Amino acid sequence: MSENFDRPEIRKPENLIYSRTKVLTDNIMHYCPGCGHGTAHRILAEVIDEMGIQNDTIGVAPVGCSVLAYNYLDVDMAEAAHGRAPALATAIKRLNPNKFVFTYQGDGDLAAIGTGETIHACNRGEKIVIIFINNGIYGMTGGQMAPTTLEGMKTATCPYGRDISIMGNPLKMTELVSHLKGTYYVTRQSVQTPASVRKTKAALRKAFEYQKDGKGACFVEIVSSCNSGWKMTPVQANKWMEENMFPFYELGDIKVDGELVK
Amino acid sequence: MKELKLMKGNEAIAEAAIRCGMDGYFGYPITPQSEVLEYLMAEEPYKRRTGMAVLQAESEVASINMVYGGAASGKMVMTSSSSPGFSLMQEGMSYIAGAELPCLVVNVQRGGPGLGTIQPSQADYFQATKGGGNGDYKVIVLAPASVQEMADFVQLGIDLAFKYRNPALILSDGVIGQMMEKVELAEQKERLTDEQVAERCPWALTGKKPHRGHNIITSLDLDSSRQEKFNEKLQAKYREIEKNEVRFEEISCEDADYIAIAFGSSARLCQKAIDLCRAEGIKLGLLRPITLYPFPYAPIEKLAQRVKGFLVVELNAGQMIEDVNLAVKGKVQVEHFGRMGGIIPTPDEIVAALKTKILGGK
Amino acid sequence: MANIIGDVVIDIEKCKGCGVCMTGCPKGVLALSKDVNSKGYNFAMKVNADCIGCASCAMICPDGVITVYRAKE
Repeated sequence: MSENFDRPEIRKPENLIYSRTKVLTDNIMHYCPGCGHGTAHRILAEVIDEMGIQNDTIGVAPVGCSVLAYNYLDVDMAEAAHGRAPALATAIKRLNPNKFVFTYQGDGDLAAIGTGETIHACNRGEKIVIIFINNGIYGMTGGQMAPTTLEGMKTATCPYGRDISIMGNPLKMTELVSHLKGTYYVTRQSVQTPASVRKTKAALRKAFEYQKDGKGACFVEIVSSCNSGWKMTPVQANKWMEENMFPFYELGDIKVDGELVK
Repeated sequence: MKELKLMKGNEAIAEAAIRCGMDGYFGYPITPQSEVLEYLMAEEPYKRRTGMAVLQAESEVASINMVYGGAASGKMVMTSSSSPGFSLMQEGMSYIAGAELPCLVVNVQRGGPGLGTIQPSQADYFQATKGGGNGDYKVIVLAPASVQEMADFVQLGIDLAFKYRNPALILSDGVIGQMMEKVELAEQKERLTDEQVAERCPWALTGKKPHRGHNIITSLDLDSSRQEKFNEKLQAKYREIEKNEVRFEEISCEDADYIAIAFGSSARLCQKAIDLCRAEGIKLGLLRPITLYPFPYAPIEKLAQRVKGFLVVELNAGQMIEDVNLAVKGKVQVEHFGRMGGIIPTPDEIVAALKTKILGGK
Repeated sequence: MANIIGDVVIDIEKCKGCGVCMTGCPKGVLALSKDVNSKGYNFAMKVNADCIGCASCAMICPDGVITVYRAKE
């Protein structure tokens, strides 16, 4: 056994700086080691915890890697059909206007099969938070091309790299919805460094605060790595994401208080 | 107070929905049922009456998934469509059945396949009664034959849906949807409060409570043994529905030698055919299934022991006849008469079909 | 000015050994163990006593397995 560097003398409640939020269940998440979904779940749960809205929040899980999000987030949740989460959330919010309603969706769910539901929920200005995890690949089904797969990026269904002359262009869904009148807050963030996690958490908090104030649709994209799908180690994948994803999917706020800022 | 009105079938559905305390309607226009959404939008129940939400969705796919969301939160919700639109809803129907949620869906049928025609049809019988979407599931199917029943089956359908936590479907057609008749409307009921909803539906997404863990609405279970158990539970529920909820009407069956079996608008045509037959001394009766699922197998089997033949009349190529054959089990002759593509037969054609197919040209 | 000292507690059964926490630590406190947990993962462990309780590791841990304490010495 290796040397012990524990400092039991400071492990007291008054010295506690950070612990797992109670809005996450005790279930071990099924995500691959290093997957951004876990971090995104955790900060979402922390925001719900810090706002004290656990009993007033209803979430909608997608089809994709995060299909089982309801096993980890300790709030009432529905599991939608593929791409339909914004439709469910629309009705849940309209029939329960005092509840906080969010969807949590991947790029296949939100930007391919559910494009229609996403655009129309945003355009109607549904008072919901849409959390969009973009890792440029279909993780759950084994690494196929996503609508957000970068040009030249290799996946199981574009094994020689995405050829845009044949397969079309990567879709910037977040920029697209920012131009719809119904969206109030649109931002693109990431969760690969402590600083980026703090920023993303602040963005989620802002989105839920806007919902509290009855503002329009809030859309938070989180650019994330899929190390299994990209066939890299978690640390390599985060580096690859910074070097390749961020130049195309630029981080930062796109629309704030209903006004385009970018 | 109850109220008498002259209304279209589609309008009766809309008015009955407001009066039964429905919480939300989500739909998409399609002929011949657009009057449901039009009526609701003109009434503005969200502003002027009960607070019921009404929304024109971007598609039938979205409509049924809004219904899924609303039902998941324990609210009384519905949608309506016509055949091609109802086809688009099958994914949602399967999920709703799999998640065991109550809701009301209306299909005012038109001719198919594909875009087909906008004229009346009953060609979605298989889709409605045998599943429609993926997986082993059943939907409670009510077949109205009058504008009155269009109104009444809204309450009945939503009651059955909540009783069994299962989608209920009103399978109507363009005739019943478009025609105007006198209808007695039920008294206005209050919508349930959020507290009443939470009490009525302890399983629903009403926000986590101190006394319970978080509620999850899903149709997914990756564990095969648990998924099989769940399917067995669903099947047990369907057996219960089959035991308790069979509804049908018999007209002039007591002394009948021959029985027409028809639902919805076809049953109305058969009522006239009975008069024409009896004027000629042919003793025809009518059995009208009101629930298409659960299907009235037993009463048809009982009639098969004493009558000489059955004529199944449908606005399709022969769908319900398969269920009639299952009930009759070859005891007596069973024939089908139907028109397709939106054509509605005359009562005379029905009488002629009875004569040529069953009476042997007598 | 008092020295800041910190400590992290890692729930090694829930750790998947992704190593992302190591990249976030400014003091090089964390590394992956040669031992594995019951799932077969080389879990994260402390390799020195330099922790300042900044919580950066916990902030980027995808599985929320790190608890952080901080005190003035």
